[in-house]
Amino acid sequence: MHVARAIYTIWLREFKVFIRERSRIVGMIGQPLLYLLIVGTGISSGMSLNNAPGGMDYLKFMYPGIIGMSVLFTSIFSGASIIWDREFGFLKEVLVAPVPRWAVAVGKILGGATVSTIQSAILAALAPVAGIALSAGVVAKLLLLSFLTSMAVTSLGVAIAARMESMQGFQMIMNFLVMPLYFLSGGMFPVQSAPAWMQKLMLVDPLTYGVDALRQVAFSHTTVELAPGLAAPLVEIARSAGLIRWDLGVDVAVMAAVTLVLATAAAVSFSRAE
Amino acid sequence: MTEVIRVEGLVKRFGNLTAVDGVSFTVEQGEIFGFLGPNGAGKSTTIKILSTLLKPTSGTAILAGYDVVRQPNEVRQSIGMVFQDPALDNRLTAEEHLIFHAMLYNVPRSVLTERIDQVLKMVGLADRRKSLVRTFSGGMRRRLEIARGLLHYPKVLFLDEPTVGLDPQTRAAIWEHVRRLRDEIGVTVFMTTHYMDEAENCDRIAIIDHGKIQAIDTPAALKRRIGGDLIIVTGDPGLQQDLAARYGVEVRRVGNEFHFQVAAGAEFVPRVVADFPGRIRSIQVKQPSLDDVFLQLTGRAIRDEEASELDLMRQHARRVWGGRR
Ligand SMILES: Nc1ncnc2c1ncn2[C@@H]1O[C@H](COP(=O)(O)OP(=O)(O)OP(=O)(O)O)[C@@H](O)[C@H]1O
Ligand SMILES: [Mg+2]
Repeated sequence: MHVARAIYTIWLREFKVFIRERSRIVGMIGQPLLYLLIVGTGISSGMSLNNAPGGMDYLKFMYPGIIGMSVLFTSIFSGASIIWDREFGFLKEVLVAPVPRWAVAVGKILGGATVSTIQSAILAALAPVAGIALSAGVVAKLLLLSFLTSMAVTSLGVAIAARMESMQGFQMIMNFLVMPLYFLSGGMFPVQSAPAWMQKLMLVDPLTYGVDALRQVAFSHTTVELAPGLAAPLVEIARSAGLIRWDLGVDVAVMAAVTLVLATAAAVSFSRAE
Repeated sequence: MTEVIRVEGLVKRFGNLTAVDGVSFTVEQGEIFGFLGPNGAGKSTTIKILSTLLKPTSGTAILAGYDVVRQPNEVRQSIGMVFQDPALDNRLTAEEHLIFHAMLYNVPRSVLTERIDQVLKMVGLADRRKSLVRTFSGGMRRRLEIARGLLHYPKVLFLDEPTVGLDPQTRAAIWEHVRRLRDEIGVTVFMTTHYMDEAENCDRIAIIDHGKIQAIDTPAALKRRIGGDLIIVTGDPGLQQDLAARYGVEVRRVGNEFHFQVAAGAEFVPRVVADFPGRIRSIQVKQPSLDDVFLQLTGRAIRDEEASELDLMRQHARRVWGGRR
């Protein structure tokens, strides 16, 4: 009971600080808009998918990947902010409070996931720009997936940050871990278009499963007109072209397992850190 | 008087650096106890061990009857903490900080409003309850941290360099609050400082250097140890030898002044003037300060060390704190 309240307290602090950070919220709305704009008008006209099936364009393909990207970056940053918090923020005081460390880590992870999910909600509202149709069900599923994915990534951030002394070290992590995680997730290019050795890496990148899930959910309410009078569901087009590889259940199961492992690692790592 | 802190043979090593080197002391309930020492002396490390943030390499520490290693949760509930570095969120209000603190320390909801009123009044922040910490001055932040540390009625309040970086007026005000707390609610205060003048406010101080306690006593007794008052004389160069010969004291030359110590300085002045007619240009009596005590105990003045990575981050934090965040 007391532990639950402690987790809630850490979460509430994270949330309150977030909603008061106006620059962060502006960035949060601006950044995805910018990506969609660049991808939508620039890259997608110059770049096309190899052997793209009819009805699929790069912007549609990339849209779920942009959600994945925003979840990844926002979450890893939330996790890393524990370095700063622990040294100079409210969290420092929490470390001498009569609450277990793991509860602090869990509160932080839930807080980070909440913030990322809010960003996903903003991106979901932009779906029509990419030619993606939404329904209440689609939005709800996108948000749930974002929350799950974000929990995994925030946990990773906390697990690493718990052992880290300065923000500088974190820059390394960004370059050598986060960027590869994103590029290998299938968000930018389809898995099967990569060389075989890279495909193997992509299959062990947990984010690949998150993006796969986001993609099939995002596409699930959209139909495209292939020829006058001939319409097909986007999700079927994507699946038969191999752009969606697994069942939603498989993706979610993988992500849930990864989240569990990483959250445990985060809690343990944070509890041990002196 | 009852004992609230008992520390015996405390040692903390980081690799081959011994930060705390066999420290023992006790603190009585209601005392303001100070740790005085230069940068890197081991003050913060001792506080971190007493507050369960670090495990000692060896030795024991009992706080409010609980062992800091074996009963960390009980110890945590019994202490309030104000860290050397700020531990506030600029984007939360004073009240939110206190509410969150209460939630973590199990302060019953029924007494919460009253408690918040009480502690904010104690530190003179009652009218800033709903203000964002971002709008607070350095002194107000410190006072809010002190209020927060008291909210759950701890037995011991730790203050790690509570007045560092504050102007003299604010420092004096914080001291007044600390003394009032002790008088009104009887909380024991354990504080560290490297300001000599500030240590004077403590009931007892431990002078610590290189992880070892050099002396523990009241400020007055420590100063008495140094052997009375300092007499400072200027005059002809031969005075150094003649003064030493006449009174059997050690006379140090500092610039063009001659320094020596005697038990009762004020009575000594007429004697010196009478004994050396025409040779004394000026004479003054100085009470020894804790600086002099420190100098005598350690053979040097309180020194500064180069900035560590944490210090750099700290400076950055201060800058950011002062401005945007
Ligand atoms: N986590 C750590 N790892 C390694 N060395 C440490 C660690 N914490 C402290 N030290 C070292 O232990 C010594 C004592 O540090 P401590 O922070 O206790 O000093 P202090 O008396 O509080 O000094 P200051 O006035 O600068 O706050 C220093 O030499 C410091 O560099
Ligand atoms: Mg210190």
